Formats: sequence, structure tokens, C-alpha cells
Amino acid sequence: MYPSDVQYTKDHEWIRVTGSTAEVGITDYAQKALGDVVYVDLPEVGRVVAAGQAFGTIESVKAVSELFAPMSGTITEVNAALTDHPEAVNANPHDTWLIRVAVSDPSETAGLLDSAQYEALVRE
Amino acid sequence: MTDTELNGAPLKRTPLNARHRASGARMVPFGGWDMPVEYTGVTAEHMAVRQGVGLFDVSHMGQLEIAGKGALAAVQHVSCNDASRLHVGQAQYSALTRPDGTLVDDILVYRLASSHFMLVVNASNIDKDRRWIAEQIVGLDAALVDASSRYALIAVQGPRALEILQPLTGVDLGSMAYYWFGHGEVAGARATISRTGYTGEDGFEVFVPPAQADQVWLALMAAGREAGVLACGLAARDTLRLEAGMRLYGNDMDDTTTVLEAGLGWIVGWDKPTFLGRDQIHAQRAAGVGRKLVGFEMTERAIARHGHAVMAGDAAVGVVTSGTQTPFLKKAIGMAYVPVSSAKAGSEIEIDIRNRRARARVVPMPFYKRGV
Repeated sequence: MYPSDVQYTKDHEWIRVTGSTAEVGITDYAQKALGDVVYVDLPEVGRVVAAGQAFGTIESVKAVSELFAPMSGTITEVNAALTDHPEAVNANPHDTWLIRVAVSDPSETAGLLDSAQYEALVRE
Repeated sequence: MTDTELNGAPLKRTPLNARHRASGARMVPFGGWDMPVEYTGVTAEHMAVRQGVGLFDVSHMGQLEIAGKGALAAVQHVSCNDASRLHVGQAQYSALTRPDGTLVDDILVYRLASSHFMLVVNASNIDKDRRWIAEQIVGLDAALVDASSRYALIAVQGPRALEILQPLTGVDLGSMAYYWFGHGEVAGARATISRTGYTGEDGFEVFVPPAQADQVWLALMAAGREAGVLACGLAARDTLRLEAGMRLYGNDMDDTTTVLEAGLGWIVGWDKPTFLGRDQIHAQRAAGVGRKLVGFEMTERAIARHGHAVMAGDAAVGVVTSGTQTPFLKKAIGMAYVPVSSAKAGSEIEIDIRNRRARARVVPMPFYKRGV
């Protein structure tokens, strides 16, 4: 159920690395735990983030959750469609990216989980 | 989530607990109870109640009954509203007040008979309220009983509530006025039905014996199928009551806030010669309150939440007590205690949201009024 072409963090983000750029989103598990998403607060383009650092917040009706960067890099794009349609995160979590990042250290993928490992994590 | 709360006490279950679990509801601990927070999702459930009909299990609410020759005197002593104005078959919103004018709880008072009252109290306050009332009514000729275990309580809320409930009962719901109640049967179960609720919509609350709660729930779900009835959880109950400007005990008011600070002067029986807190409440009315619970609407994109500080310069001058982005109005709204100087509708306030300032405007409550 968790796509195998992306990698995952223990904080329930996914990252799809293509060459030196990557898309980041949250997992189906995360969107279910949050409930109906009503607001995604994303950083400005150009900001540099370190792996594990908070880059924004996502809010549901009930709760606020921080978003953590799976890898280090520079933010090149934020998903502007989420301003008016934050519910896309609930509808298609694995196809809805939040930010695009120019990754600075491709070797950081070694610290991420693959889909089987992530599935095992959320089944616990 | 675990099955028990931090203190290790097992969670209590309503008579509909198995039904919620079988229906796939997401369950959370709430006030010592294992309660459904969501079935299909808070937005869908909220909209069902605004536009059709929704069912809520509110069996966790408590029922304290006071009966005897001195029952009216006892209720009048412990609650701030004027229960003598209730006819048999009528209910009123009221509060248990302390001598300093703060709140033990907010309650509904039902006059079951001329000398028999039922107080519907918040789930997490049942024991506290019972002990408080018992201490206060010593010497009055009235018996106090915690009757909570005798009732399951199902709320049927929304513009189509009457349409789905009426075929299941002989009680004439159309002629029942807001905040009145009647007795009869619902789907074969002995029931008390009141035209009350916590959503800002038309609707009914149905008290039934616990053993028949499930059959009544299933009958209501079946009767409501065509109207698109949804089972609703605590999350939708909270967003609905907030849009309707209804306070939540423990969030928006408690034993540190007075009835007048909470904006509940309208439930004070000003002509009552005596009740707990009367002198303080009258004195505070004469002197004026220093802070007030107000409604606000964010004027920039941000959502203020319970506990966020209201700022004036570098100083925290108030606090947000409830806040979220609500599904029907699609606005970030909330309630906050602010100094009276900022309490007028139209006042601009600043809220500290995780170390970032966001602007909001004080607006009149309720945020949402049905029939508009």
C-alpha cells in the first residue's frame, strides 16, 4: 500500500528523489492520524533546510503537526494549490507533494526507510 | 492511544461502545470515557448536521436527579438561572456557581415534575457536581441521585432531525417548542425526548434505557438513510458547538472564570433573592468585568488554538480558549478572554501562534446562526 518508488521518515514524511531534486509529502498514515487537513503553512522558496529540521506546519480541524525535512537542501518550489485545496493531502497523500527541494547531500537517503520498513513501522 | 488514561483508571464505555467499534469509528479517551471522535471525517459529519441530519452518542453526559419537597429550593440554591420559571416539561440552560461567581459546571435543568428535576451535566464533572450539590443542599428536604447509569442519550441534530425521528415515536415533535420535552416511546424503547442540542441546529436529544440504546441507534440510522444521516463523533460536536458560539466547560470557562466573564449573564436569574454566588455576581455586574470571553475571526491565514496567548505589545493580556478552522463557515474562528478594552466587536487583536503574531478581529457570537 505504501509506494516503493519513494522513501520515508519515522516522522511520516515521504520523499521522492529524482537526480538532484526531490518532492516531499506526508504519508497516508499521517493524513489519517491528522484527519481533515485545513491549512498547510509552507516556507518561502529559497530557504535552506537541514535533514530533520522543521520546514512548515500542517493543520487539521483538530490538530497541528510540524513537517520535517527528510533530507537537506534548498526549497525550489512550494505547492501553491494547497492554499485553496489543502484537502488534497487527505485525498491523495502520496501524489500530493508539499515542497520541491534541490538536495545538497544525496547520501542522506541512506538514513531513510524503504516502503517495507515504513509499513512495518506503522503496523506496530 | 492506550485503553486507559494516565491515572490508570479503566475508561468507561457507553451502551453504544460496541456499535461505534463495529462501525469503524476512531475512538479516543475523553473525560474518562472511550468515545468516538470521528466516523467518516469531521468535515462530512459537520456538514451533515448543518444540511441534513447527524446522530451523536452523548451517553457519557451525566444525569443528576433532585426530588422531594425541597427540590425546587435545592435547584434554586445551587444553580444561577431561575428554575422557578420552568413549567413541568420545560428545560433551561444554567450553571452550578460557586460563592465567588465562578463555575462548577454548566448544565441543563429539566423539570420532570413540580418537585422533581434532572440536571444534565458534563461527563468529566459528574462526581464533582454530585459531591458539590450534596454538600450545598444539606438541610433542604431534597434527595440527590446520580441517575447517569439509567440513561443512554442520543442526539439527533440537523434541519432534517424532526423528519427522521417523528416516524419512530408517538410524541408530537412538531408542536414541541425549543427547550421543551416529552415522554413516550422511540423505536419501541421508553424515551424522554427534548428539543435541545449542542450544534446550533434544530434537533432533539433522546434519553432511553441503556439496554435499548443500540436498537434506537439502529432505527434512527435506518430512518435517516434517505436523508443521508451520518453518525458523528466528538470532533464534529466540537466544531459545531464552536460555530454556534456555545461554550465548552473546561476550555472556555471553569472554576477560575466567572459567569459574567464567560458572557453568560443571560443565564443569571437576576431577580432570585438568593443562590450560590449571587452577591459576587451582582457586585461584578455593578463594578464591571475586567476581561471577557469574546468570539474572534482570524484576519490573516493562521489558526489560533486553545492556549495561545492574546498579545498587546510584548505582554500576554489574554488567552485563546477554543479555536479551529470550521468546516461550514470555512474560517478560522475561536473564543478568547481579552481585556474589556478589546472586547468590543470590531476590535483588532493579536495572537501568538507558535511564536508568530497573527491578527484577528473580535466578532459577535454566534458565528453561525441557523436559517440564515
